[in-house]
Amino acid sequence: MNFKNVRLKLENKETSFENLVKQYLDKIEKGVQLNAFIFVDKEAALIKAAEIDKKLENGTAGKLAGLVLAVKDNMAIKDSQVTCGSKILENFVSPYNATAIEKLLAEDALIIGKTNMDEFAMGSSNENSYFGPVKNPVDNSRVPGGSSGGSCTAVAAEMAMAALGSDTGGSIRQPASFCGVVGLKPTYGRVSRYGLVAFASSFDQIGPITNTVYDAAILLEVIAGHDKRDSTSAPVTVPKFSKALDGNIKGLKIGLPKEYFSEGLDSEIRESIENTIKILEENGAEILEVSLPNTEYGIAAYYILTTAEASSNLSRYDGARYGYRAENVESLEDMYVRSRSEGFGNEVKRRIMLGTYVLSSGYYDAYYRKGQQVRTLIKNDFEEAFKQCDCLITPTTPSTAFKMDEKTDDPLAMYLSDVYTVSVNLAGLPGMSLPCGFDSNNLPIGVQIIGKQFDEEMILRVGDFLEKNLALKTTG
Amino acid sequence: MEYEVVIGLEIHSQLQTQSKIFSYSSAAFGGDPNSKVDPVCLGLPGVLPVLNKQVVNYAMRMGLATNCKIAPLSIFARKNYFYPDSPKGYQISQFEEPICEHGYLDIETENGKKRIGITRIHLEEDAGKSVHSETFVAANETLIDVNRCGTPLIEIVSEPDMRSPQEAYAFLTQIRQIVQYLEICDGNMEEGSLRCDANISIRPKGQTELGVKTELKNMNSFRGVEKALEYEISRQITCAKNGEQILQQTLLWDADKNVAIPMRSKEFSHDYRYFPDPDLTPVMISDDWIKKIENSLPELPKARQNRFVESYKLPPYDAEVLTDQKPLADYFEKVVKTSGDAKQASNWVMGEVMRYLKEGDSDINNFKVSPENLGLLIKSVSEGAVNAKTAKVVLSEAVETGKSPEAIITEKNLVQISDTSELSEQVKKVLADNPNEVEKFLGGKEQVIGFLVGQVMRATRGQANPKVVNDILREELVKLK
Repeated sequence: MNFKNVRLKLENKETSFENLVKQYLDKIEKGVQLNAFIFVDKEAALIKAAEIDKKLENGTAGKLAGLVLAVKDNMAIKDSQVTCGSKILENFVSPYNATAIEKLLAEDALIIGKTNMDEFAMGSSNENSYFGPVKNPVDNSRVPGGSSGGSCTAVAAEMAMAALGSDTGGSIRQPASFCGVVGLKPTYGRVSRYGLVAFASSFDQIGPITNTVYDAAILLEVIAGHDKRDSTSAPVTVPKFSKALDGNIKGLKIGLPKEYFSEGLDSEIRESIENTIKILEENGAEILEVSLPNTEYGIAAYYILTTAEASSNLSRYDGARYGYRAENVESLEDMYVRSRSEGFGNEVKRRIMLGTYVLSSGYYDAYYRKGQQVRTLIKNDFEEAFKQCDCLITPTTPSTAFKMDEKTDDPLAMYLSDVYTVSVNLAGLPGMSLPCGFDSNNLPIGVQIIGKQFDEEMILRVGDFLEKNLALKTTG
Repeated sequence: MEYEVVIGLEIHSQLQTQSKIFSYSSAAFGGDPNSKVDPVCLGLPGVLPVLNKQVVNYAMRMGLATNCKIAPLSIFARKNYFYPDSPKGYQISQFEEPICEHGYLDIETENGKKRIGITRIHLEEDAGKSVHSETFVAANETLIDVNRCGTPLIEIVSEPDMRSPQEAYAFLTQIRQIVQYLEICDGNMEEGSLRCDANISIRPKGQTELGVKTELKNMNSFRGVEKALEYEISRQITCAKNGEQILQQTLLWDADKNVAIPMRSKEFSHDYRYFPDPDLTPVMISDDWIKKIENSLPELPKARQNRFVESYKLPPYDAEVLTDQKPLADYFEKVVKTSGDAKQASNWVMGEVMRYLKEGDSDINNFKVSPENLGLLIKSVSEGAVNAKTAKVVLSEAVETGKSPEAIITEKNLVQISDTSELSEQVKKVLADNPNEVEKFLGGKEQVIGFLVGQVMRATRGQANPKVVNDILREELVKLK
């Protein structure tokens, strides 16, 4: 179900919102083995639903009344837990609301629960959660992708109408692709990060995960905008994104970065993307090849810079003031070492160590500074490419959803599943994944549309056009 | 062998802004533990720092007052280290690109003026406090008070240009004087709003290469800095003379025992892993902004000193004493305003007032007599309403009781008697009672008049105007000739 239709139904009194929320709660209960949620407050949801029904009746309902939203469990909701999928924050309750949450609540969105995720958003398969892995709703033996795997699963399995995810290197787009839903990572600075628990501050962005491009546009309209509590949020005006979906793609110049179509790309995905491109071309878009020559350094730069930032961002979880503290400690150092050793999972520890290393005296120039230089080069690549075209089209992932445990012993292979998404975060650009086909296993394939800085309108317009013209059917 | 001492100072000054450097809670000193907190200064998951612009204004003031170049772009960096009173596990500071650089101050030394370079001034946040030695804390526990977390600081780093503890003292006190004049910090070392660390090394005279330096911390008073430096210098020289190696280490000054104790090497061998803070954008400062701050700078100590000499005609020494601390200079100028007499105001402030402050170990901000009231008292003296001696007694009582001098004068009926008819009566009486002295005077012993004045003064319990008494006495004595 998409929000646009639901809202019409509610306004026409075809159903009550409370009824609808009951259906979603039912789905959540039945799908509990997917492990998409960490926390659901059924009673609070029903009370809230009744309230919103009243508002709908007396005409005071907000723009998002009727939306059943799931929120990744790394965003602060007042008086509610924020675990980040980690033991170290298992019992932490936030005393404040994230800005994005505040805005959604002000428009009467209903938050049905907090979704599972890779611990501190570090992972590409959702197998790194202290609360257990999430299963892909399309094929339960496969991963849903990560780190917003719970959010994408919730939307794909109809446990929520939409969800919020966060994207540091593909954490919205990659699982959206694996689960067959729409996932949008806005331009860095478009959505306030206040209340989003930081993984890598100069990369993280909150974005919507939805069934339709239209719903993504509506959600982005609400959560976007400058926030004086986030110095890195941009003081730029927020367009009416939903108005950009005019179906007009004639004359658009669409670039295909050749580096994204080289070896390593699954042939079925290639075929599906080529088919997608053909539809655009047939409808009047101009397709051209462009080059992003520094793409091959993206993964390396990404893992140096994000781990550096993470090693510092995660220092606050030391057992001293809140969160998990080891018992029977002998000294201050013992408290730190044991609380963090016991509280963090392996992937988080690996990244903290990596990040600590690259910032260490004597290595800073060789790693961190070099990483920043590569970041600049990658930004420049995109700027050059965008001189020739309006947006870029690429596959979202090199493969479709892989099997559980397939890559858990090989971090590098896992990291490479982000190869098409990390550059967008390095450059701070907006990117969206939407379903464009299925492989022979009936697994969803995602196409990624990358836009210029603050030009989400363009990728939403192209995405909406594709959604309406791809006529997706499973091959089985 | 003769040794040369090389000293550089790192001075932290807390900025007196309303709110903290990156969040909205109060930056005021004191309060119940953990009462001045917000999610940001507590470092809760998901929060972000936002720079308080007033902090930048204050740092610019200090930079301009110390002849620094203000950077058009400066960057906040994270200094990473674990400590329970540092809630984020890092301190937001500035590292590679500080807000001010390349300044200097001129200090007075035995051999005249000397220029001390200022390497940089940078912005940073203060940490909280760990409490473990108080009676209410169990032996194996530490409590944390985060009130101070996020209090804005500037760190002023000098060049290693000082060659003696006296020079370091002069530099440090001048820094205090400037922050007070700029009204950005109260300069109180005892309360920790001004803190000073020192880097010290020695080298054989004539050698240009620097010796191994040690760092001195935990000096909680201005004299403490001087003492600690003297201690460390003699320790280093003794080491060198005994052929022992001077180790690069950090020492903590113990003011009670007058010794500096080395910290365990583990406690200071940090790798802080500085990197630019991705949560904060660079601080961009335009020329217009700099100009605005420049134009808003208050009169600085040196300028004020010169003005005191010129417009109040004070001796340079008096002007220096009076302008040493801004509150005292402010007090003095208010006294001048109400008394209308700069010379007398200076005499009273430098004499009586400073004596009371010294005796009471107090400072002018807590002085019980307002400058307006002191001004009025001085005016009463010059107008002849009270005599100078009485005025001093009145001031003493005002200091003691906190009452206004005017009230004391009225209460005790201390107004000087200048009424000629009333005094004539007394004079006649004294002359009648002292025929011998009158005879001596008439016989040419003029100095006897002093005795006679004294008798009148005694009869009026000191309230008579001695000048008027003198005049009447002479008049009456002439009549007796």
